[in-house]
Amino acid sequence: MGLDIRWPIGLMFTLIGALLTVFGALNRSGSLSLDININLIWGVILLAFGVLMLAGAVRGGKKPPTA
Amino acid sequence: MQPIQLAWIDYTILLAYVAFVIGIGWMLSRYMKTSADFLTSARSIPTWVTGLAFISANLGALELVGMAASGAKYGISTAHFYWVGAIPAMIFLAVFMMPFYYGSKARSVPEYLKMRFDERVRALNSIAFAVMTIFASGISMNALAKLLNQLLGWNYNAALFICSGVVLLYVLKGGLTSAIYTEVLQFFMIVLGFAPVVYLGLKDVGGWHAMNSSLQTVATNPAALYLKEAGVTYAPDAWMSAWKPVLAGPANNPMGVDWFAMIFGLGFVLSFGYWCTNFLVVQRAMAAKNMTAARNTPLVAAVPKMFFPFLVIVPGMIAAALCTLPDKNYRIPPPILSAAAYASALDAVKAASPSDSAAAVQAVGAALGKPVAADKIASLVAANAATPLSDEQIRKGLYNSIAENDYDSVILSLVKKYCPAGLLGLALTALLASFMSGMAGNVTAFNTVFTYDLYQAYFAKGKSDHHYFLAGKVVTVVGIALSILAAYFASMYNNCMDIIQLVFGFVNAPLFATFLLGMFWKRTTATGAFLGLFGGIGSSALFHAMTLAQGNAPGVKGGYLSVVHVFPSEMAQNFWLASFAFTACFVLTLVISLTTARTKSDAELKGLVYSLTPKIKSDALPFFLQPGVVGVVLLIACVILNVLFW
Repeated sequence: MGLDIRWPIGLMFTLIGALLTVFGALNRSGSLSLDININLIWGVILLAFGVLMLAGAVRGGKKPPTA
Repeated sequence: MQPIQLAWIDYTILLAYVAFVIGIGWMLSRYMKTSADFLTSARSIPTWVTGLAFISANLGALELVGMAASGAKYGISTAHFYWVGAIPAMIFLAVFMMPFYYGSKARSVPEYLKMRFDERVRALNSIAFAVMTIFASGISMNALAKLLNQLLGWNYNAALFICSGVVLLYVLKGGLTSAIYTEVLQFFMIVLGFAPVVYLGLKDVGGWHAMNSSLQTVATNPAALYLKEAGVTYAPDAWMSAWKPVLAGPANNPMGVDWFAMIFGLGFVLSFGYWCTNFLVVQRAMAAKNMTAARNTPLVAAVPKMFFPFLVIVPGMIAAALCTLPDKNYRIPPPILSAAAYASALDAVKAASPSDSAAAVQAVGAALGKPVAADKIASLVAANAATPLSDEQIRKGLYNSIAENDYDSVILSLVKKYCPAGLLGLALTALLASFMSGMAGNVTAFNTVFTYDLYQAYFAKGKSDHHYFLAGKVVTVVGIALSILAAYFASMYNNCMDIIQLVFGFVNAPLFATFLLGMFWKRTTATGAFLGLFGGIGSSALFHAMTLAQGNAPGVKGGYLSVVHVFPSEMAQNFWLASFAFTACFVLTLVISLTTARTKSDAELKGLVYSLTPKIKSDALPFFLQPGVVGVVLLIACVILNVLFW
């Protein structure tokens, strides 16, 4: 099938990761769990995962499904 | 527990996820031209995708919730469902069985049965499977809608219809491909959504070693957590060692099982029966783009599957460990009671006299309608008499004194405890993702079996492909509508659901014997297979009617004809029932096959039976990538895990 699943996975986690990172950075007090800013930390991890997936999709040489 | 409040960020994450899964369906819809595209993905999907979908389809919300529940109840032994059960079965499927499923060009498991045996075996299997998937999906939908209702305050009907509406949208648009692709996305969502909860929980109990020592306290006095009746006690390592307690006998492990039932019943019969013959999972491998990809699908799946216990079972163990640490202020949630029950119990505490604690305990217990811990109620009443407590404090005390656990709430209670807004949305999305992947799995398996094995085979032979393409779409809608009905049915008649699940057990337990003989012994006849299967189902019903688990009354739980044997636990009863049904089906099929004539020649059975099929030469693959070699490596890894947690 003509869709590389890494595109939607990458896009979704980049989006959610960025959202959590920004939310965690701006709203420190509301992001604490056991005294760590878990939204910020986990947001960065999701972001990294998302970007990795996108990189894989690009290297795979497939064009975005919309193009 | 108070309902969990969601913030805007949580809803945003949830909506982003929903938008992406529907978007995937939309993207794929333009590739859907034939019934094969829609129902079987036209065998075109890469291995890593089918591999992850293979696990995800099985990882419904019930598994996620249930594994954490068992982790709290039984500890690391729950991992046997993975390390003794799933992994060896998945490897067997890849190495030995996949060549026949994929090589025979069958579009479904029932269709393979028709090729190998005859129409009777196919009809029996496809009807049972179709009914089963509908009820399985209904039961899990009901469980999820109830959970969302109780814990988030969402409307039960809305939760039910919105969740199944989303699944309908993307499955109808993109068929099996869409289900498989979204399952991969859901796989990552589930792993990345729950991993932080496990991390935070482990950090909170003080790390792995501290959790182990807390679990020693649990094992030596499980009654303190209301896990077992007062007086029951186990060796200190009962919750953290997987084999020692099992080898020590049923009285020495919280599951109440012996090593034979564990290895033969769970490891061989139940797990091989599920992973190797259930079309729901096998369908994922059958959608792979070529034989190598199909055989590698379960192998790719086995790698993450091996480590899943740390994601789904460890949370339950964390919960049990937390209960022993008074400063953590945690207990395994009690059953959810109405506000009115708490209010009248509150009055009972205020009215009680500290000098007569027995009467107080009785009054509070009656008001709550649940068993209560006498010592906790007595000290609550005494504390309130000394200095009047606030209503909130009394409610908290009542909550802690209910002597019953609602294990299914374990996972969400941890999510609630550790996740601030943001992460909370992610974890809940993961839960919804697991639900949707399970449901889409059921629906896509149902529509294929119904369209090809029932509709095309018996009602509308020889129509155009476009006809079956449309039929597949209609069946998808009907399947989801029937699942919703089954969910309402489940919510109204809990007892009937128990019976239905029981019947599934009877139907499934013997099935692997039929496949084993059919695939590896060419002398197996269609009549032998058909009657053997019937005999196996009948004997498992009979076995159930004559045995009982300790603590159960004769009835739905067994023993309604007469009680010949009492098992130490329900799990032991199930494992032994499976072992018995398998043996009965195996022997019957063998004997009847020997006394009936073969109806299929060797030439007709080529590609369907092991001895008549040329061995696959995958010379193109390097030595270390051959399925057989990879299978052995995975098996060794699995043994190492068993030894590490011995």
